Parts: sequence; structure tokens; C-alpha cells
Amino acid sequence: MKDRSLVQIALYAAIFAVLGLLPKFDIPLAGGVPITAQSMGAMLAGVMLGAWRGAAAMVLMLFVVALGAPLLAGGRGGLGVFFTPSIGFIVGWVAVAFVAGAIMQALRKAPVFPAALIASVVGGIVVMYAFGIVGMAMRTQLSLLDATKACLIFIPGDAIKAVLTALVAQTVARGLPEALLSRNA
Amino acid sequence: MISLYLPERTWLHAIPAGWKLAALALISLVISPIESLPVMGALILAVLALYASLGSAALRQLALLRAMWPLFAILLAFHWWNGDLIFGLVVLTRLLAMILLANAVTMTTRMDAMMDAVEPILRPLGWVGLSPRAVALMVAMMIRFIPLLFALWEALNESYRARTGKRGGWRLLAPFCIQTLRLSHHTAEALAARGGAPRGDRR
Repeated sequence: MKDRSLVQIALYAAIFAVLGLLPKFDIPLAGGVPITAQSMGAMLAGVMLGAWRGAAAMVLMLFVVALGAPLLAGGRGGLGVFFTPSIGFIVGWVAVAFVAGAIMQALRKAPVFPAALIASVVGGIVVMYAFGIVGMAMRTQLSLLDATKACLIFIPGDAIKAVLTALVAQTVARGLPEALLSRNA
Repeated sequence: MISLYLPERTWLHAIPAGWKLAALALISLVISPIESLPVMGALILAVLALYASLGSAALRQLALLRAMWPLFAILLAFHWWNGDLIFGLVVLTRLLAMILLANAVTMTTRMDAMMDAVEPILRPLGWVGLSPRAVALMVAMMIRFIPLLFALWEALNESYRARTGKRGGWRLLAPFCIQTLRLSHHTAEALAARGGAPRGDRR
């Protein structure tokens, strides 16, 4: 692995942590539902870095959390988070980054905004909720349907985050085109 | 950044990290099929006793669960709705016990001790050309990046406020990403100038 990839993986793992630790990072239209910007970090890692590096950034972040760093939103961290009902979402971030990155790479020829939007919606909503709901159902012994109901309130927030991710990707593509590594790997 | 680690030494600090991890894995395997409320009640009491034996700083960490009460309430409500409140309580106490036990390991194990304990698991990464030292380097870089990125975010926020009088919020994300990628280029160059990251073959 090249030095640059190594640094970028560490960078996006850190960005993910910072998004969770920023106090009151308010997202418009959130409508009272408590949402953290953190799952956006997974979408961003995939959209910016591409499949493999994006997933590696999430694995690194989870590894440091498991080592004991309180990097998840609200100062959570340590081994405890791997035993919570949210485990599906937490492990799902790796898949989110991978899928979002893979879609971004596949749509290399398409304009940035729609490509990034498709990547974030499929990765950050479809894949994340598939993992999250199955994880919740397994941990809490609820049926998949009940677990789905318990998770649904968060979907509007994640839809906003997907749009924001796409906007960020488009702005970055304009400001510093070579930074969108998923496009020129 | 608030650390989960307890600085004052307790008896649990003295136990090697590997043993604590093994015990955690074992307990989680043993209790996952148990569906008796008295057993789970006893388990949660034992966990609370463990926390009490670690001192008041450990007990204060129980507050970390506060953010999870809404989720637990929803979980219990669903089980109640399905007509099985007792089972819901079993599931809830099992979750609580495991979360607290895992947190107890984190509270009493330093990050470097944990890193050493999992190093044997990382060794197979060498086969794909990634040495455990490169992993350690990435962990160190990531932890170092966090305060740096905070400062960067604050700087962007301040200049946005100077221009508009409002907080930047999500509008700062794009310049933030661009700036951080510049930063990562510099870091990668500095790393290369010092001989690069450790490779798989040299240990």
C-alpha cells in the first residue's frame, strides 16, 4: 500500500470521528429527531476515497474505537458499543463506505452530483439499514418487521445526509478535482 | 476528549488485557442462549458489584448508558406489544450486562496494552503486505489528526462567522474536505521523506 493511501485512510477515519464529536452540528430540517452527522462520515469516506480505501478507513476507525477511544457520537466508544443493539449500523459503516465507493467508481463517467447522490443513497441508506435492521433484530430478539419500525424514524435524517454528501462531493470536485480519489484512482 | 480509561489503578487493571478479552468473549458466548430472568438479574447485580469494586469513577461511567434509554424503552415496548414482557426484560438485562462488562474491560485497559493484545490477530495482514507496525502508524496518525482537524474546523468556522455573522455548520464541509486533503498530501510527503511507512517484509 502506498504511503498516500495510508495517510488518507487515517485522515477519513479521523474525519469520521470529528463529525461525531463536533457539538451541535445541526442539519436543516432534522425536525427534532436526534441525528448525528457521523454516518455521513461513512458516506464521505466511500464517495471520496473509493471502495477499498473507504472501507479501510472505517475498519481503522472501528479498530481504534475497540481499543478504547470514545470516538462515536456522544462520546461513546470502547468495547461496549460492540454489544449495543446498534451493532448492525456500526459494522455496517464498513459496507456503506465500500458500496458507496464502488458505485462512485462505477459511475466515473457520470457528473459528480448525481453519481455521489446515488452512491450515498444506496450505500448510506439501503446498505446501512439492511445491516442495521438485521443487527438490531439479532441483538434484541425482535422480528425483522419490528426492528424495521424501530429504525424508520432515522431515515429522513440519513436522506438529508446523502444529499449533503453529494453536495460536498460536487464542491470538492470543483475546488480540488484530484481530491476526489474515487474518480482518478 | 473524555477518556473511557480509569487513571487510578484497580485490581482489574492488574489482569493482562488478553485474559480480560478472552473472559469477555467467553461470558458473551455462555450467556447468549440463557433465557431466564433470575439468571440475568443475578448477572446484572454481579456486574454492578464489579463496578462498585472498581470505585466511584467506574460507577460514574454508568451514566454513559443514559443516551441509550430511549432505544431500550422502544425495545421493551415492542416486546410488550408482542405479549412477552418477561422475554423483553431478559433481552434488555442481557444487553445491559454485556455492554457494561465490555466497558469494564475498556475502563481498565490502556490502549497500548490492548494494541499489544490484538497484535497476534493482525499478523495475517502481513500476507497482504501490511505490517502490524503500519497499522500502529495509522492508528497513531488517526489519533493525531483528530485535534488537528478540530482546529481546522474551528478556523473555518471563525472565518465564516467573520464574513456572515452566522455559524457555518454543514456549509463548511466542502472546504473542510479540501483543506484536510491538502493536509494529507503534506503528511504523505513528510512520511515519504522519512523513508515511508513500514512494509510487510521488514519487522
